[in-house]
Amino acid sequence: MNQLLTISSLVEFIIHAVNWPICIYLPIIHKSGLLILLFIFQIMKKLLFIAIAMSSMFYSCKKDLVAQYNANIKAPLSIEFDNTMGGTDLQLSTATYTNANNELFKVTMLKYFVSNIILTKIDGTIYTVPQDSSYFLVDESKPATLSPIINVPEGEYTQIDFILGVDSLRNTKDLSQRTGALDPTGEAAGMYWSWNSGYIFFKMEGTSVVSPQINNVFQYHIGLFGGYSAPTLNNLKKVSINLSVRGIAKVKTGSTPNVHLLVNAMKMFNGNSNISIASNSVVMASAFSAKIADNYTNMFQHDHTEN
Amino acid sequence: MKLRNGIYLLFLTFFILACKKDFVQLFEGFQKPSNFPEPVYKFQHNIITKPGFELGRKLFFDPILSLDNTISCASCHIPTSAFTQHGHNVSHGINDLLGTRNSPPIMNLAWSNSFMWDGGIADLDLQPIAPITNHVEMGESMTNVLTKLKNNSTYKPLFKAAFGSEEVSNINVLKALSQFMLMCVSADSKYDSVMRNQKSFSIEEKAGYVLFQNKCNSCHKEPLFTDNSFRNNGIQPSNIDDIGRELITLLPTDKYKFKVPSLRNLEYTAPYMHDGRFLNLDAVLDHYNKQVIPTSNLDPLLLSNGFTGVSLTADEKRNLLSFLNTLNDRKFITNPLIAEQ
Repeated sequence: MNQLLTISSLVEFIIHAVNWPICIYLPIIHKSGLLILLFIFQIMKKLLFIAIAMSSMFYSCKKDLVAQYNANIKAPLSIEFDNTMGGTDLQLSTATYTNANNELFKVTMLKYFVSNIILTKIDGTIYTVPQDSSYFLVDESKPATLSPIINVPEGEYTQIDFILGVDSLRNTKDLSQRTGALDPTGEAAGMYWSWNSGYIFFKMEGTSVVSPQINNVFQYHIGLFGGYSAPTLNNLKKVSINLSVRGIAKVKTGSTPNVHLLVNAMKMFNGNSNISIASNSVVMASAFSAKIADNYTNMFQHDHTEN
Repeated sequence: MKLRNGIYLLFLTFFILACKKDFVQLFEGFQKPSNFPEPVYKFQHNIITKPGFELGRKLFFDPILSLDNTISCASCHIPTSAFTQHGHNVSHGINDLLGTRNSPPIMNLAWSNSFMWDGGIADLDLQPIAPITNHVEMGESMTNVLTKLKNNSTYKPLFKAAFGSEEVSNINVLKALSQFMLMCVSADSKYDSVMRNQKSFSIEEKAGYVLFQNKCNSCHKEPLFTDNSFRNNGIQPSNIDDIGRELITLLPTDKYKFKVPSLRNLEYTAPYMHDGRFLNLDAVLDHYNKQVIPTSNLDPLLLSNGFTGVSLTADEKRNLLSFLNTLNDRKFITNPLIAEQ
């Protein structure tokens, strides 16, 4: 800003300097002509001021861009997973929703793993978040989990890619590499199949009068990473979010830009297959899980970025 | 004369005491038996130490790991039954709840690359989470287990000794349990002594061994007596229609396949099969001889030479049973090191 002020005062000075000779000539000009001339000069003065001010502004902006980001320094970036149901904010346990099969339901739990985050800069360079800091369990009932923060090199980012779930390699690692969000005995306790050694990638539970289960519950626990020794179903999904349309993320030390994603959980029900709670009230490790995984991959939409 | 006797007696007592002391302190760690292959467990992630093993042993026998503090690992894995639940066809958990499968023995797990009858678990360190959290087994959460252990003052020094910190962590609970289970090595049967040229088979045992090598060895592979594969051995599906390995792989080609169990310590591990349906070995041999049903994915080895199953005469059965008896390891089931202290 200081720089801009200096340039503005310089412009003022130039205009004043230009004005001086006009003032000298003023007495010898006809009265009516004088008024016209004054008017023209006033406009010219303004135009000149605007032109010089604007160019100086552009100049200062451009200069800032070059100096502003230091790719050697990392700064925080927040990714907000704002879970919704259709066009409304998701309300656990209270609100009633209707899916494409006209089934009324309530949601009591929504959790999913986001991992292996990769970011693309405006110049095309790619930054892969170190894997050990790249596993997040988003849990609608825990507000602190909804906006994970990652540290990335300063710069302007146009794309975020991540895996919805826990990659197959990590699913086979020893205990020392299953800490934090991945601790099957702690944070990930409800997101791990002890009998089938693998993480649950996505979990939605709720109730619906159309469910034939006890207490009308429905449960969708979707996992399966492809198998340890024998190949099996792989429900790992890659999600790609383009930020260039609704606001790139400008990462710079001193602030925490927030990429605000709307995560429409209704898409788990409605999509390539319209999932019916009456017909498939409980889906876990079965072939049908692939249909649900195909649907929920489309939940994520970039809304805006708060820089 | 009396004094001299007294001195001798004194020396003898010292000698015995010294021996006993040595015996108590003796801990050789994990030893690979000379007639065994290299183990598959990744010991570099969990080095077995005496205090680690002892902590694991205490945890293994402690019912604190279950919801109502009534069921320990050892409830369904009794050392004197080669770590199975003797007399129970399927495992018996909290509140008199029953599971659907027979408790497998805990022995020679360092050579196993998958666990459970369906092989759903690939890492021994993750195995205990399954029975601890299963609602019909121990019914507890790992978080609660941790809280209970933290509130129990006897554990802190044990964790400190084993892992250098009093902090009770889940990782260390699981590692300690693995250390105990890995030490449950059964390799002192008569068969092992014969293989190490220390003993020899009787005529019947020898005839049974030849028969075994011809008719059983392709699945129950020596020296562990399992090839760790999954096969359908043609038993009639039960009323609950347990599909076995298909639950894990979702592959129809795995329907009714279960892990090939080891034949070691058969004398102590009845009843047999994944659901404990056969009460004795005669029933098992009768099954292979006469009752194999060609259900989906019946193992091709049970369909050779135009015979469904394994053909056995009465003499062959007797010889085979003699040989199978040489696989019992009394030292293993009476080993004080792996018994409740």
